[in-house]
Amino acid sequence: MKVILNGSPFESAAETLADLLVAADLGDATGATAVNGVVVPAAKRAEHPLSPGDAVEVLAPMQGG
Amino acid sequence: MRAFYGVTLDSPLMLGTSQYPSPAILAQAFRESGAGVATVSLRRESGAGRDGQAFWSLIQDLNVRILPNTAGCHTVKDAVTTAHMAREVFGTRWIKLEVIGDNDTLQPDVFNLVEAARILSDDGFEVFPYTTEDLIVAERLVEVGCQVLMPWGAPIGTGLGLNNEYGLRSLRAHFPDTPLVVDAGIGLPSHAARAMELGYDAVLLNTAVAQAGDPVSMAVAMARAAEAGGIGATADPMEPRDMAAPSTPVFGKAVFE
Repeated sequence: MKVILNGSPFESAAETLADLLVAADLGDATGATAVNGVVVPAAKRAEHPLSPGDAVEVLAPMQGG
Repeated sequence: MRAFYGVTLDSPLMLGTSQYPSPAILAQAFRESGAGVATVSLRRESGAGRDGQAFWSLIQDLNVRILPNTAGCHTVKDAVTTAHMAREVFGTRWIKLEVIGDNDTLQPDVFNLVEAARILSDDGFEVFPYTTEDLIVAERLVEVGCQVLMPWGAPIGTGLGLNNEYGLRSLRAHFPDTPLVVDAGIGLPSHAARAMELGYDAVLLNTAVAQAGDPVSMAVAMARAAEAGGIGATADPMEPRDMAAPSTPVFGKAVFE
């Protein structure tokens, strides 16, 4: 299935958000996720199904002012 | 110092974490200045670099309070979504709310700022709104639940200091019980001291320290200046006057003629 991960096309066999993070080597990263502009808490990722073309954002702590 | 959502801070210096020459210098600047609050952001993570994970470990080791921001957000939806993601990652209800309205000045879009602040306050966030010194906007922000106000001194990253000292002083007078922070525009320790002399409770800055030739020394200077200004503000300063008044007693002066 092809989704848009952090703005770029990403293809994997992942059916859920949790599986997608593992496929993208982000499974153990500290971060927050949103799918199509809606926040998906960490506890809900395993049960959040993905559809082709979903826009997934994975954000991590970064420097800020 | 007034409490920030029930939290009393030991230092009036809030420090950003961006643009430092190295992570080690960032950490040293915090440790030597005693800054008690670190602003952070959220950005896209890459599987390869894991830059975010390393940064987060560094910040956690500083043992300071975290103030996540919504920097770069131009809409209510972007800011609110980013705030929710920040709450999950950083485990804090504090959010430095930025809704930018103009790319050249990074001036806040105060209309959308108030709306985003309303939504987030209703959702249980403790909002630190990055705003202008406009009194009416400040009143609206307080009405929707903000218990802290953070007017700019000057546009972000300019180092111009306090562009509208009258406006900042007026804001202090209108909100005697609300914690106020000058956020952005501070370039020199004297700017930080002046903000505190006006009765502000803290200063928030980043570029002036991170881009200084010696960031650690500048962080220390900013902290000491802010502390000095704050102490001066509570020491009942004298009123300025136009005419000179001798400080050495005239009575008893010798006559040599």
